[in-house]
Amino acid sequence: MTEPSSAPPPIVVDGVSKTFRVPEERVHTLKERALHPLRRSRHESFEALRDISFDVRSGEFFGIAGRNGSGKSTLLKCLAGIYGIDRGRIWMDGRLSTFIELGVGFNQDLAARDNVILNGIMMGLSPREARRRVDEVIDFAELREFEELKLKNYSSGMHVRLAFSVAIQVDADVLLVDEVLAVGDAAFQQKCFDVFHRLRDDGRTIVFVTHDMGSLNRFCHRALLLERGHPVHLGEPHEVADRYLEINFGHNADASSAVATEGRGGDGEARVLEAWIEDERGERPASVPQGQRIALKALVRFEVDVEDPVASVYVLNEDHVAIVVATSSRGDERSGSFRAGEEILCSFAFENVLAPGRYNPLFTIAHRGTGMDLMDRIEGAFSFVVTGPEAMGGAVDLPVEVGISRSDAQLPAGTRT
Amino acid sequence: MSVEAPPLETLAPTAPPFEGLGRPIRGPRALTHDWRRFWHLTYNIARNEFKLKFFGSVLGYVWQVLNPLLLFGVLYIFFVVISKVGGGGKPSEQFYGVQLLGSIVLFTFFGEATGGAVRSVVDRENLVRKIQFPRLVIPLAIVLLAFFNLVMNLIVVLIFALISGVQPMLSWLELPLILLMLVLFSTGLAMLLSAMFVHFRDIQPIWTVVSQIVFYGSPVIIPLESVREKLLLPPNNSQIDTILYHIYMLNPLVTVFQQFRHAMVTHATLSAGQALGSWAALLEPLAVTAAVFALGFWVFNRSAPFVAENL
Repeated sequence: MTEPSSAPPPIVVDGVSKTFRVPEERVHTLKERALHPLRRSRHESFEALRDISFDVRSGEFFGIAGRNGSGKSTLLKCLAGIYGIDRGRIWMDGRLSTFIELGVGFNQDLAARDNVILNGIMMGLSPREARRRVDEVIDFAELREFEELKLKNYSSGMHVRLAFSVAIQVDADVLLVDEVLAVGDAAFQQKCFDVFHRLRDDGRTIVFVTHDMGSLNRFCHRALLLERGHPVHLGEPHEVADRYLEINFGHNADASSAVATEGRGGDGEARVLEAWIEDERGERPASVPQGQRIALKALVRFEVDVEDPVASVYVLNEDHVAIVVATSSRGDERSGSFRAGEEILCSFAFENVLAPGRYNPLFTIAHRGTGMDLMDRIEGAFSFVVTGPEAMGGAVDLPVEVGISRSDAQLPAGTRT
Repeated sequence: MSVEAPPLETLAPTAPPFEGLGRPIRGPRALTHDWRRFWHLTYNIARNEFKLKFFGSVLGYVWQVLNPLLLFGVLYIFFVVISKVGGGGKPSEQFYGVQLLGSIVLFTFFGEATGGAVRSVVDRENLVRKIQFPRLVIPLAIVLLAFFNLVMNLIVVLIFALISGVQPMLSWLELPLILLMLVLFSTGLAMLLSAMFVHFRDIQPIWTVVSQIVFYGSPVIIPLESVREKLLLPPNNSQIDTILYHIYMLNPLVTVFQQFRHAMVTHATLSAGQALGSWAALLEPLAVTAAVFALGFWVFNRSAPFVAENL
């Protein structure tokens, strides 16, 4: 990886704000305008960006993170010159290439070939240069057999592949990329990664919008985190990723340790009164770092007399896959008898090896036996966020001893064929 | 957890010396300094439009020539042969068929340039929202496309004129000036309409009607000489008629079509100057043309920076 150089920054953003005027009721026809001449003044202002300042150094891979609606795409469009800005200034040095909202502005009725040429010209190439590059672009997108096909007959994956190829083949000094990795199959994603690595090594400046903290960590030198149009954090990608998880998933965790009544099941002979997560110090954080010991706890009250109840917890990740499942009694273990009105505390403590991300615990309390004869079941009572330095891609991050050595060193001499 | 105020030192730009930086980004504009890019873009969009229009139709480009010819055929039969409009054998109606076809071809350009421009910016939302490029390229490409067609159609008119017996004249050299006025007027309207359509979607049906009115209100079917006779010459002229005639003559298309008939087809027709009363009066339709062009450009230029967010 080449480190960013100290040349004058190719992108400087100084105090940029952007407000959209959103008419409450869009007056779309002259008749409406004539009948309601005063409506015009009724606009709601929506501040999409507020006082954003940063600079991107030459050769830097800069990330803009934030969830949907945080203004990151608007910021990118301002950088690209597609939206005008209300306050502040932006400077841009060198040829600019953009890949915005999963595309580069294709005409659906034209063949891939014509679109690629037109796009090259739009990006500032001369028609001759644009025509010369068509083959490279189409080969990179692996769309050789479909080059004469109209774009409306393309699949969305093919579309994105073509658009991405166009964006990276114009020899831009500055590349603005929005959510390119959200689509495309695994092979093409890998290809994009390779291109990013190559571009980064070539010293191109890339601004990369994403809400995927994994790729943020993987590529970016620095990143900016936006939240509702405000800059929240500018710095190392892993710091930004931590803040991102904290802000976005922290919100939900905050409000919800009191148990909601929806999404419950069972016969109601027991009730989960409260559920929460505890860290090593016995506090109830919204986010927990990887590696600590954590405990999921639930307070349960019995409405009738109960023999040997079974308490279980399922920790579901964002894809609703149960990553950890634990239960209080296996087989014929007895947990005791409880009277109506008694309250018990169930605790499930474990070493936090969960991969960074958001988790939803699901608690059940059941009658004696398999644990399937439910008295109460609550899901979505709260969620918690695991923060960590880097998302490796696994569901859990178990401590793994990694070793690399030559395989033939361990074999007896002469066995190699 | 709430969003805390960010630590200020991490948010300040690391080095804000505002000298020696790249170009400032001001957002989208109607124009650009890079005129070559502007032209390449306009040309290539027009070219692609052309491809799209005729791709997949059996006769392809032939339609473009056939359209005005068919319209000509219909109008000629119903108006000239049956209703005897313009075919009455007055001196000014010499080569009336050529006059009619020439005007139809010029009007076809006007109709394609303005009517095609109305939806042009909105229909290219995909481009407008994703790439920074001079926005004016879009309506201009439509005008350019119409101009390609005009040139091809004029060749047909030329052939038809020669067959009909029209003699080549020195006044044919006026053609570029006549076309320039037509193009400027149409371009002004194209810019105005395409910018307005972003906010007012009923521009489209309104413009369809206005085009029709303009078609009948300019010397395409009904010769200017007949209109003049009705409104201006004794015994039946009144104050109102004079004003009506004046309004009629303000339309730049009347000047364009009439001068085309006079300079290109036959001097037996009135020249635009004669129709207006004096050559100095020609400044009136010219002023209208310039005003429409200026207004169109002003409106488009003003709305260009916000088109992407207003779509």
